[in-house]
Amino acid sequence: MVIAIGFEGSANKLGVGIVRDGVVLSNCRQTYITPPGEGFLPRETAQHHRSVILAVLSQALQEAAVMPEQIDIVCYTKGPGMASPLQTVAVVARTIAQLWNKPIIGVNHCIGHIEMGRLITGSDNPTVLYVSGGNTQVIAYSRNRYRIFGETIDIAIGNCLDRFARVLKLSNDPSPGYNIEKLAKEGKKLLPLPYVVKGMDVSFSGILSYIQKQSHQLLNSGKYSPEDLCFSLQETLFAMLVEITERAMAHCGSQEVLIVGGVGCNMRLQEMMGAMCDERGAKLFATDERFCIDNGVMIAQAGLEMFKSGNVTKWHDTTVTQR
Amino acid sequence: MADDCVKVGGLGSNFKLIKQGAEAKLYKGIYLGRPTIVKERFKKSYRHVDLDNRLTKERMKSEARAILKCKAAGICTPALYLVDFERRRIYMEEIQNSVTVKDYVAQMSEEAVNGDADTGDLLMKLNPIAQEIGRVLGKLHANNIIHGDLTTSNMLLVNNGKDIPTVVLIDFGLSHVESSIEDKGVDLYVLERALISTHANVDQLFQVILSSYVEENKKQCREILKKLDEVRARGRKRTMVG
Repeated sequence: MVIAIGFEGSANKLGVGIVRDGVVLSNCRQTYITPPGEGFLPRETAQHHRSVILAVLSQALQEAAVMPEQIDIVCYTKGPGMASPLQTVAVVARTIAQLWNKPIIGVNHCIGHIEMGRLITGSDNPTVLYVSGGNTQVIAYSRNRYRIFGETIDIAIGNCLDRFARVLKLSNDPSPGYNIEKLAKEGKKLLPLPYVVKGMDVSFSGILSYIQKQSHQLLNSGKYSPEDLCFSLQETLFAMLVEITERAMAHCGSQEVLIVGGVGCNMRLQEMMGAMCDERGAKLFATDERFCIDNGVMIAQAGLEMFKSGNVTKWHDTTVTQR
Repeated sequence: MADDCVKVGGLGSNFKLIKQGAEAKLYKGIYLGRPTIVKERFKKSYRHVDLDNRLTKERMKSEARAILKCKAAGICTPALYLVDFERRRIYMEEIQNSVTVKDYVAQMSEEAVNGDADTGDLLMKLNPIAQEIGRVLGKLHANNIIHGDLTTSNMLLVNNGKDIPTVVLIDFGLSHVESSIEDKGVDLYVLERALISTHANVDQLFQVILSSYVEENKKQCREILKKLDEVRARGRKRTMVG
């Protein structure tokens, strides 16, 4: 019976979670939300994490009804992500590990998402679509490693959506993507947008710069409403994601799809992926916002799996990496 | 003969379904007395209807245009027989006695494993194929044709009785005409990644392909290779900005 505590802070979400042998004991999180029209920058994000992490840690321990002595391993996000927020969290994890005298494990953020997705949904060997503000990748497990089959060759889809939300000055609370999804539900007119798939990869910078440039004109002309623009952007971006996921599935002969990462919360994306899966006779697995969005539990879970297979991070390796 | 197919609304008993990919169904049969492949792109229900129609039409046009341009440039592709936008079908020449480069490499790799040969031997056997692929791609880009989906499943090897088989390119749905360096760099990048993910044990083949590519596309090769380095450094390996 191994109890793991996980610390996550690679972007604007600060999460601390505790897991015991596949059971989530607590999952606490605080998000750094910027005013509409603004994105989050490293310095302020790190400041936010520093100011809340100890409170979130206490909360996590309390909710799990677990004492520090009972924790077996301390896990933290080694990367990828933003440097200063990552460092802030790593410092706390290192200190805790030394104070409580526990082994420490540096976890890859992306693998955290995947392992959590697999645990929660019970999927066996899926083709994984990992989509968030910082990542857009299609991943499959082959020959002892997770391998990337397709990805964005420039920005992540979440980044594209977030930056468009700034153009429309949408609120960042609870997240810009959530508010785009809300508006998109009311959209009806499809604006033709650049659709860029290159082999198994996608590119979003073209569609972003197009819609950034054209929005004001389109909205002012009265031909398209903000709802229509959100709708068109989602339909086009998500179709691109579904297409590369389908290609990877055809390539690997896979019959399962798992969506992880913050953008995975989007119900329209889940709906479209589900439709594609139905046509192929494949099965779709997705989680809800507790686990799609960055959280501490996924780090604990992945760390636990690493620990069980004999992986512990040496002290001088308990660093962080942006890539 | 074409009228029979059209009248029935379907392809008739003449044609048999041989493959179903992510985007289209492939049928094999006889058309105008010749062995023919019919590529039928299906409707994707997950996409918005307008988007689906637009994409399918664009891809059919791209495919037809690219095949004709390749023919003019002396690059081997299946011959184009008929384009039917209504039914989303393209009728083209069936390349007989062929195997995809993907299957060929997989087969060679397996033989190497069974025969206890090492990677070096395997690479030597595959080198002539890689060189020929590089030549064909060099010619493609020298003629400003971007394939858009270069993978080993989209290259066929045909036995022509000579030492080096003919390389035939297929699946031009994502192609377009472009003289700029950017798209050519990305085209090569897509191939490199396809090699790494599908044939990880022989990804050095990419260097061999590049070496004969630069011979064939002397004009732009230096800038294209530089652009390729740039493309490799994008995405995940770049700082998240914005």
